[in-house]
Amino acid sequence: MANKKQSGFGKWASSRKGQQVIICAAFAIIPLLLLLVFTYIPFGEMVKFSFYKMKYTTPVEKREFVGLANYIDVFTRKDCFGALKLSLYYIVGALVQLVLALFLATLLSFKVKGGNLFKGFIFFPYLISGIAVGFIFKFFFTRGFVFDSILQLCGFSLDNLPYWLKDQSVNNWTLVSTSVWRYLGQMMVLFIGAIMSVDAELYEAAELDGANKFQQFRYIILPSIKTIVTLNVILAITGSLSAFEQPFVITTGANGTGTYFIIMNKIAHTSQKVGLASAMAVVLLLIILICAALQKLFFEYIFKDSSSDDESYKAKKLRKKQERDTKKYVKQMAASAKGGK
Amino acid sequence: MARGKTDVPSIAPIKEKRTVGYYVRGFLKYFVLIFFSLCAVVPLISCITTAFKTTDEYKATSVMELPESFLNFSNFVKAFTTANMGRAFLNSVIVMVCVLIVSVVIGTQLAYVLNRFKFPGNGFIRTLFLVASLLPAVAMQVTVYNIMGDLRFIDHLYGYIIMSCGTDVISIYIFIQFMENISVSLDESAIVDGASYWTIYWKIILPLLKPAIVTACILKGVVIYNEYYAANLYLISPEIKTMAISLYKFVGPMGSQYNLICAGVIISIIPALIVFICCQKQIYSGITQGAVKG
Repeated sequence: MANKKQSGFGKWASSRKGQQVIICAAFAIIPLLLLLVFTYIPFGEMVKFSFYKMKYTTPVEKREFVGLANYIDVFTRKDCFGALKLSLYYIVGALVQLVLALFLATLLSFKVKGGNLFKGFIFFPYLISGIAVGFIFKFFFTRGFVFDSILQLCGFSLDNLPYWLKDQSVNNWTLVSTSVWRYLGQMMVLFIGAIMSVDAELYEAAELDGANKFQQFRYIILPSIKTIVTLNVILAITGSLSAFEQPFVITTGANGTGTYFIIMNKIAHTSQKVGLASAMAVVLLLIILICAALQKLFFEYIFKDSSSDDESYKAKKLRKKQERDTKKYVKQMAASAKGGK
Repeated sequence: MARGKTDVPSIAPIKEKRTVGYYVRGFLKYFVLIFFSLCAVVPLISCITTAFKTTDEYKATSVMELPESFLNFSNFVKAFTTANMGRAFLNSVIVMVCVLIVSVVIGTQLAYVLNRFKFPGNGFIRTLFLVASLLPAVAMQVTVYNIMGDLRFIDHLYGYIIMSCGTDVISIYIFIQFMENISVSLDESAIVDGASYWTIYWKIILPLLKPAIVTACILKGVVIYNEYYAANLYLISPEIKTMAISLYKFVGPMGSQYNLICAGVIISIIPALIVFICCQKQIYSGITQGAVKG
């Protein structure tokens, strides 16, 4: 009987349908398992922990259920929700970065001598690790060091200059500027890519019509990369809510630079108030999910026409390339098959 | 607008305008580009010059002065040994190679299955990955830390590697997007020839996904090499620290010896610089494609 069952299974497994099920299961199981263990189980635990008062080391039975107390804390404690205000600095920084990136990308996508060199210089900071960036700018902004010396060369007197990393009126801007330093090039490269996908004939036609560079930017470049710019504006806002890196590596959140994530990190890993930290994380996740939903609505209703336009253009281009690749591949296959025979 | 083409007089004034504004605009353009390039490079250059100074020299001279000799490598040697950077670099390479291989294998497999087969839960799995990409990694670490503890993954290189594969959502997303542009007719003709699904994946899909794999590896590679938050949480013993966090050694008592720290920083940047110079083009196109998809 066991034998019969075996052969039944074997038959099923070798059928097309059976093969499909097996391949689906075999290929999907590991990624799904990883996703479950490192994203959704932690997510579930986060929601659960947010109702408890506990430490990482507290045994399960000693965790104290406190209801909504952690959430009330998030909104009433001065250091928690108030820290979200610091995001405004990062939003401003991100928008400045976006405009600069767009400007530089436009300059570099026209003919420029040494364009690749400029592009490389401006882009390279993106490849430096966060900790190294932290040290570089701690050094750069220390009193009397590089930045102060440069300003002194420009005629400023040291006495009139603030302590860039300590003075609360400027230190958040200092941190934001380092963030711009690091990510400007990446965004610029991204925009250059988008601008390059615009049909070059359009520029030629415009030039013949006597359009100047600004008009070319305004009427050709901007409309065709509108989608990617808007997407980046929205990403900048959600990214700013979770600003973390610059204060973490440069000031460790001292002197009023502690953003929401810095506070959360401290509460979780230094003071070990896991419940409160989880509640903070959940609140932030909700805000981010709301932003994402708004973004989707935004794209569906406001940008429908324009985005579908350049989507279809991109799709067309991709499909053409794909067809070319496929043809090449089929030819190769055919050639190798012939060779084999 | 296109009518202007045949209109000869309309072109003439433009040419004239060029001669007036051409040089001014050209000057402004290069001025702007040079200014921003300097902004990007000056912090790094100041680090390099400081790294070549001896401790006495560093204390006595202003940061803007050039070092006495650019052959004084003592800081580099000292930084390299104090922070154990040889070992750290090896660890970084191990982590990167393992994570990239695993990500590419499971990512392409999942993308293949999701794109080619309709089964109940297909859309649900896609949504799961999409939502996961919205969750900020640092926030998730609050409870991932707990799971890592339960799995006994803390302070083991393999634990960190597995976690890095697990939180990788972006590359799976890139593969799914690319798969949509690979024609199904290829699969169908292979099926007619009697190929199994594994053969189709291995012989047809994987080779065609090559550009997507390069893109994903570049995006992911940059992130992994520079990842420091989770690495700092989970890699505690000195012999398993990665390059990005080996610099933490300089926090604390050595915190003001900037000549030494700058040397350490420069060493940690060199591998990235070499890779950047060698594969500039691929890095740029990786960034562009990844963002368009993501």
